[in-house]
Amino acid sequence: MGSNCDQGQGGVVPRTIVPIGPYHPLQEEPEFFILTVEGEMVVDIDLQIGYNHRGIEKLSERKAYDQVTFVVERICGICSTSHPFAYTQAVEDLISVEAPPRAQFIRTIIAEGERLHSHLLWLGLAGHFLGYNTVFMWAWKLREEILDVMEILSGNRNNYAMFKVGGVWRDIQAHDIPPVLKKIESIIPTLEKLKRAVIDDPVLHARTKGIGILSKEAAIDYCAVGPTARASGVDRDIRKNCPYGVYDQIDWDMIVTQNGDVFDKVVVRINEMFESIKIIQQCLSRLPQGEIDCVVKDIPPGEGIGHIEAPRGECFHYVRSDGTNRPVRHKIRAPTFMNLPTFKETVIGGTISDAAIVLAAIDPCYCCTERMAVRNTKGQTLWTGEDLIRLSQEKTAQIKAQIGRS
Amino acid sequence: MNRQELLQTLRERFPDEILGVFEKSPKRVYIQIQPDAIVRLAQYLFKEIQARFIIASGVDGRNQMEILYHFTVEDIDLVISLRVTLPKTKLEIASLTSVFTAAHWIEREIHELLGINFVGHPKLKRLLLPEDWPEGVYPLRKDYQEWDPTAIRDRGV
Repeated sequence: MGSNCDQGQGGVVPRTIVPIGPYHPLQEEPEFFILTVEGEMVVDIDLQIGYNHRGIEKLSERKAYDQVTFVVERICGICSTSHPFAYTQAVEDLISVEAPPRAQFIRTIIAEGERLHSHLLWLGLAGHFLGYNTVFMWAWKLREEILDVMEILSGNRNNYAMFKVGGVWRDIQAHDIPPVLKKIESIIPTLEKLKRAVIDDPVLHARTKGIGILSKEAAIDYCAVGPTARASGVDRDIRKNCPYGVYDQIDWDMIVTQNGDVFDKVVVRINEMFESIKIIQQCLSRLPQGEIDCVVKDIPPGEGIGHIEAPRGECFHYVRSDGTNRPVRHKIRAPTFMNLPTFKETVIGGTISDAAIVLAAIDPCYCCTERMAVRNTKGQTLWTGEDLIRLSQEKTAQIKAQIGRS
Repeated sequence: MNRQELLQTLRERFPDEILGVFEKSPKRVYIQIQPDAIVRLAQYLFKEIQARFIIASGVDGRNQMEILYHFTVEDIDLVISLRVTLPKTKLEIASLTSVFTAAHWIEREIHELLGINFVGHPKLKRLLLPEDWPEGVYPLRKDYQEWDPTAIRDRGV
């Protein structure tokens, strides 16, 4: 914290409160982190969420079943397919219908396209925070290709509006498949290069290996999901263990690593992108003919559960019906709800310059860090969010110099 | 352990605690249990069956409040939902925070949105609602009345 900080009694390192957040209009998940630091070391973290709590669950009780699909699509701009996917699964479980095979293939393609662009977005931002703006530029350039693909398939770059109870709204045209495959395949060489660059880089190793470790036991205790858990050796993926869509008919591998640090989370996400490409390629080449939806008339009384693997982990929806045209209860749990509390394990004991990347490693929404400010206990602002990113980037530069690659 | 063996074991181990088992579909099971048995059942599922706790959902019914604790046993692709019903006169249940850390946030959420007290929760403060939200107003209850005349909220179709 340097000389700006209050000096404690008798030479003891003073404790400083570092608030990060709370929110920025661009975030999908506003959160407020209160870090307590002693010198450079983080000794405690407290989290506050709910700054942008929109009451979607309550809202959903006032909407007809078809409208809810569009409401949940707007929970998150990046996971705009995961929520409708889980919701339609829940309603289909409630009324015991299944979407026709062609719709299942289309759903799987859209869900994997979303995973690809979400992981690329995260990779780019992680690069930026570590001071690798080249990674940021490359990853986001690749993401553009994927967004183009999504536009060809669904008509939209982000909110695809493809899902409906009993199927999908929009078919994939045969003449769209070759250009889509070409675009998807065009990102592979650059992605390979990016993977080698990230995995072999000694500076990145120094910045991310052994940082923010989430042990396997802690991952299980916090019930962490998705890449956050898989990087800690928890070999669970809803797509493999509880298959939905056509994931059980496609050849792909679940990516698991053992160390639980930031580096492993990067590796899991990069390798998952290759699996997603594999899945999309197979789905597009094996797309069966047939209907894309089935007629759903009435929703009977009852309850249904849908859970799917979103880019950040399991997304869970529970729907209860009383036979009317609106749900009486709709519970939504996004993956970050389970992954956020793991910060208590990963951030405490690390340094403040690692906090930015560790907080980012579970892939929460990133924009919050642009609203960061560091205050001392008297409330005087010392650093802004940009300063914290700069600190993180400077640390990388120092390591580069030490390793002799500056 | 497959699905039938698991359900059989549960019935044998908790004969008095389990009030009913509803097998909704091959992948979904709802088990109605005694509210005071929740910690024992959750402990058994989490520690011995190695089930993962997904989340809990509170439901406001006409005469009682319900909480569903959703667990998944991923090895056999099964979602087990433990259902407890609480009378509206005594909205209280033991906290699961002693069994797994993952229960901390959701119990805080159910506490503020439905007004259920989780006995034994170390820090039962608000999670989502703002600080100026009045005490004793629970937005997810069916009898919720708009308390803020200036609020612009969606009142449905």
